Amino acid sequence: MNHDMNITLKVWRQENTNASGRFEEHKVVANPDMSFLEMFDVLNEQLIETGKEPIAFDHDCREGICGMCSMVINGRPHGPKRGVTTCQLHMRSFKDGDTITVEPWRANAFPVIKDLSVNRGAFDRIISAGGFVSVNTGNAVDANAILIPKEVADEAFEAATCIGCGACVSACKNASAMLFVGAKVTQLAKLPQGQPERETRVVAMVNQMDAEGFGACTNTGACSAECPKQIPLSVIANLNKEYYRAKMNGK
Amino acid sequence: MNLFSFLFSSSLGRKLIMSLTGIFLITFLVVHCGINALIYMNDGGETFNLAAEFMGHTWYIRAMEIGLFVGLILHVVQGLYLASTNANRRPQNYAVNSASANSTWYSRSMGLLGTIILLFLVVHLRHFWVEARFLHSINDKNTMFTVMVAVFQNPMAVVIYVLGCLSLSYHLLHGFQSAFQTLGINHKSYTPIIQTVGTWFSIIIPFLFASMPVTIFLGLIK
Repeated sequence: MNHDMNITLKVWRQENTNASGRFEEHKVVANPDMSFLEMFDVLNEQLIETGKEPIAFDHDCREGICGMCSMVINGRPHGPKRGVTTCQLHMRSFKDGDTITVEPWRANAFPVIKDLSVNRGAFDRIISAGGFVSVNTGNAVDANAILIPKEVADEAFEAATCIGCGACVSACKNASAMLFVGAKVTQLAKLPQGQPERETRVVAMVNQMDAEGFGACTNTGACSAECPKQIPLSVIANLNKEYYRAKMNGK
Repeated sequence: MNLFSFLFSSSLGRKLIMSLTGIFLITFLVVHCGINALIYMNDGGETFNLAAEFMGHTWYIRAMEIGLFVGLILHVVQGLYLASTNANRRPQNYAVNSASANSTWYSRSMGLLGTIILLFLVVHLRHFWVEARFLHSINDKNTMFTVMVAVFQNPMAVVIYVLGCLSLSYHLLHGFQSAFQTLGINHKSYTPIIQTVGTWFSIIIPFLFASMPVTIFLGLIK
């Protein structure tokens, strides 16, 4: 029932951050029900058996929630399907005999560590700049001590589904991080717990975003179209609104 | 002043300028198109000349003209800065690029379309604005309308104007709704309205503009 697929992979190989990379071609026989990462596991087994260096790629949960599996597949982050991560992409989305080009996220702010693995520390530094709330220690407060309208909770939760994978940056022609920062700012600005740092947060996070070397947003919508969690463009509008509001208040 | 420095230092501040000047230039297009459309009275340019006279010799319109140039220059300078820095945000481009799967070509080409419009504007200002303001060649005999008719006898000029309008159309198709998104105006209840109005605006205004050189060239307007 399952026919084996003969796949030709053109994979980006790069020794380290400072080395110049190149494409390497590999043949692999895949099962249609394998995930894209499992196909890479098979390829790496082959490479190890023949005494070659396996291809470095990031992965962790393999269930679409951690955001580690960063691969640009045939020019699209996380491959051709909408709303899925690379680990949830299956070989049945391709055809027998296909040649697939796999590249790392390409952005100045995401230097390549090795092969397909990039350093997304820039996102961590944006979060450290302001993507948090302050809470009192001590006894846990009653869950319903602060009432939040359902509509607001839904909006915050929609933004909170961002897994910080960086597909938005990799898809954007300007390598802009606005969808990521927009999601993080929106998630916290909507909720009562996020109010004390609301204005200082957005200014600090935008400043850090600019300092990291991400581009400016031109509203092409590529980020949202490629986002595995389908974060809407409205979070970018909200980020703008929050930032201008903070600036109007002299922050 | 420190309060306003973000308008020229932060990416969001620069975009705010792009958005506000963009919307300002959009309102100018309405006035410009409305006045030019008076040639369709087909009265030998009589009504059109009256309007041109008012626009050229009323002090507050002249004052607004300075504002218009400030807006245009800000839009161009910030736009060129953003486009040139945005172009260098990758150490290298993707070997395989499938951008058409996630965005429209014109939304990715705003810098190019804007540059074409800017080049067109140089030609356009030389044709009319320089004649009226600096060469003072507009008088009772040589009216704005007769200059217009003379310019559009040249088929090359007609082609340049039509291409300029086509670039404007695609620039607006993305720019109109993008300006509102940048201002933070995005909600499921009214964003579809902004997008619909923006699409029709981007088609109708450049079409009207482009129709003028064509109809004059064909001798339909006398």
